[in-house]
Amino acid sequence: MLKSKKSNRVTGSVLTRKQRAKTAKRSLIKYWDLYLLLIPVLIFFIVFKYRPIAELIMAFKNYKFNLGAWNSPWANSFGFGHFIRFFKNAYFKEIVWNTFSLSALNLIFGFPIPIILALIMNELTNKRFKNTLQMVTYAPHFISTVILVAIMEAMLSPSTGVINQFISALGNEPIYFFGTPSWFKPMYIISGIWQNAGYKSIVFLATLSNIDPQHIEAAKIDGANRFHVMRYITIPAIIPTAVILLIMDAGKVMNVGFEKAFLMQNDMNVRVSEVISTYVYRSGIEGAQFSYAAAVGLFNSVINVILLILVNKISKKLTETSLW
Amino acid sequence: MSEIRATSIKERKIKQHGFDLAFDIIIKVLSVLIIILVMYPLIYVLSASLSNPLAITRGQVWLFPKQFTLEAYKSVFGNSKILSGYKNTILITGVATLINLAMTTICAYPLSRKDLWGRNVITIFITFTMFFSAGMIPNYLLIRNLGLLNSHWSLILPGAISVYNMLIMRNYFQNSIPDEIIEASTIDGCSNIQILLRVVIPLSKSIYAVLLIFYAVGHWNSYFDAMVYLSSEAKYPLQLILRNFLLESTQIKDDLGLTATIAEASLSYVSLQYAIIVVSSLPLVIAYPFMQKYFTKGVMIGAVKG
Repeated sequence: MLKSKKSNRVTGSVLTRKQRAKTAKRSLIKYWDLYLLLIPVLIFFIVFKYRPIAELIMAFKNYKFNLGAWNSPWANSFGFGHFIRFFKNAYFKEIVWNTFSLSALNLIFGFPIPIILALIMNELTNKRFKNTLQMVTYAPHFISTVILVAIMEAMLSPSTGVINQFISALGNEPIYFFGTPSWFKPMYIISGIWQNAGYKSIVFLATLSNIDPQHIEAAKIDGANRFHVMRYITIPAIIPTAVILLIMDAGKVMNVGFEKAFLMQNDMNVRVSEVISTYVYRSGIEGAQFSYAAAVGLFNSVINVILLILVNKISKKLTETSLW
Repeated sequence: MSEIRATSIKERKIKQHGFDLAFDIIIKVLSVLIIILVMYPLIYVLSASLSNPLAITRGQVWLFPKQFTLEAYKSVFGNSKILSGYKNTILITGVATLINLAMTTICAYPLSRKDLWGRNVITIFITFTMFFSAGMIPNYLLIRNLGLLNSHWSLILPGAISVYNMLIMRNYFQNSIPDEIIEASTIDGCSNIQILLRVVIPLSKSIYAVLLIFYAVGHWNSYFDAMVYLSSEAKYPLQLILRNFLLESTQIKDDLGLTATIAEASLSYVSLQYAIIVVSSLPLVIAYPFMQKYFTKGVMIGAVKG
């Protein structure tokens, strides 16, 4: 969802209030049926998106079911009691660090792979071979998180998993991957690459297909070999897209999805696998501390929005591309 | 003089050609390696599901099935929970996807008309929710207050429109359907809704295919909402049944109603888990070759322009 700075700007012609009222009236007459269509849409967004946002007020209150978010009594410390409790929590630093380090490492290791994959696909001259590679690498994206984690648990099982059978066949001790905290991050990152590298390469491949073949032909006539073409034409062509996507991904660094971390979590690796979203689930849904969990969630959302705005500003400056 | 130059160019060409050949081989070897790395877990799971569990635990299965058997599949399809999960997932995916497409259309189509008054304000109102959402707890309490807990509607209604998908559709309507056609239809006396039904939708089949895939795959694969909102097992979708099956392996014996010893039960569990993985992803695997083309297209439309 990227937007170039120049395109899509509505020309800001100055209209008088009268003229504006006139265009509004004309539009209402011409499109009355389309406005009717939008009514259920707006109701949907108000009920399912904006009402919960308004009810985030509960993060500053002590939520009671019978009173609802609005009428529940305020939390202590001028309403900030739950936030303070979270900051003072013994695990606060650990949870925030887990969230940050997991997605930062995921970005560092996961980001270059789709680019390399797209470069390889782009260099394949045999069309059928290229199609096969695309088909195979996109496929894992359609596998659900539940199944992904199930495959990992099965293949990495210390007793029956094929990976450990291989390790023992080499004469080494089997590794209990899911019970060893230090293996949590590598498993999370590698499985993420396996699942999403193909899918993420699509955008880069699309960028590469926009390169003018005449440039490549000209370079070849000048004596460039295919490595030169890659080094001086293909890679420079991919860099702008890569920079934009990298900046945007960096904005999501505190936004670790709930599903995979939760499924991979167990009592043995919880010290490294507890991220903000799983903590919200545990304290809110399982522990029924609704106001506290809502405060933790709100803290995370606010950080995400600040990061997004920041990153968007950087992107606008560097590349003239922004989200809005 | 000219002869010397000719040979040097020829030599350079040969060198260039030789380098390119080596480069080509490296690229191909890498590609084959990637294909093997990505495919291996999938092939292994399939082979293990078709093997005798004893062969799996002994480490005899590493690529192809050993002591071929369909026992695991028999227990999967004989299991009432898995069948009910299947039924629920098909029901939820079908209804939810239909609602998704309908709601996305009635949102995207008005917003695609450039002279619709208030279009920008409404678009901002809607896209804001893409960047800031209330989060898990208020959403849970909303479902609870609406009385939707333990109802399939709790999995369908909150995600009725994905803003991202809506923007993909709106951009397609805006950029790929010529204004002239719409104007001509207006002159012919079509109402805006008639234009949508008779002109815009028939011209946008490919984008409907794209969004159908995005939405349906999302519903098929989701487990989180079901885990939080549903309490009676008879309503669980497949992914949740699966998760409970695979992650609470100790209960497997009771679930299958096996009267065998624990050792035997855990043995059959080994191949059973692979069979469950295969069965639950089967519909997507079958549909995948047909989906791939549209899927790629959708990702590109989504990424290029917002």
